Amino acid sequence: MTVRELAQQLALTPLALPDGDRPVEGGYCGDLLSWVMGRAQSGQAWVTIMTNINVVAVAALTDVACVILAEGSAPEADVIARAESQGINLLQSEKASYELCVGVHRAAGV
Amino acid sequence: MSEAVRFHFDVDGENFTSAGEASVAIKKTLRQMGFSPDIIRRVSIAMYEGEINMVIHAGGGKADVTVDSEKIEIVLADNGPGIADIGLAMQEGYSTAPDNIRSLGFGAGMGLPNMKRYTDSMDIQSTVGKGTTITMQIRIA
Repeated sequence: MTVRELAQQLALTPLALPDGDRPVEGGYCGDLLSWVMGRAQSGQAWVTIMTNINVVAVAALTDVACVILAEGSAPEADVIARAESQGINLLQSEKASYELCVGVHRAAGV
Repeated sequence: MSEAVRFHFDVDGENFTSAGEASVAIKKTLRQMGFSPDIIRRVSIAMYEGEINMVIHAGGGKADVTVDSEKIEIVLADNGPGIADIGLAMQEGYSTAPDNIRSLGFGAGMGLPNMKRYTDSMDIQSTVGKGTTITMQIRIA
């Protein structure tokens, strides 16, 4: 399943979708950036409530397929611009992290 | 390659939001040089954690990366407060980061452990009141 398809299936709002055809393989959930950095795997959908600009750097370095901002977390405009320029898919949802993880697992679990 | 390739970055200690620029630049460069995704991931994560540490604790520093035929070496040097107890600092979950840093999602006490986990060797030289130099190597051959 691609990021674009995942966004449709889970009714996620795309804030930046520079690489919507990227396949999603499983997911990771976490808000402590160093923890995520050490454990998230390439190609996963990363669910988090963090919205600061370092989220984009962590997503770029771990090579996750997309970032899903949970519980209505809203980033500043510069974060969205940075995601767009670095090729990071950034999606948003009002749903809770748990609910999103269940959705990711059903749609793109491995 | 026969000649070692070197990269130098100054890590700005005043600008927390730009931390990571050196690691992202290295990631792009290594990709252009044809390294495997696993090597690139390990180098860029170890370097990013080091960069963040220098910004949080030391007011910035310098990062030097050398690529030769056998390894990628990352040297991170700062003139910060130094690490009093390196054994303690290496424990997962131990952190001296202030609350404003924790609110950004850092300060989980995972930085140095991640750097060790992702590299083949890591050496820390630190003097309290003078600074810290960390040398990490990742074998490529």
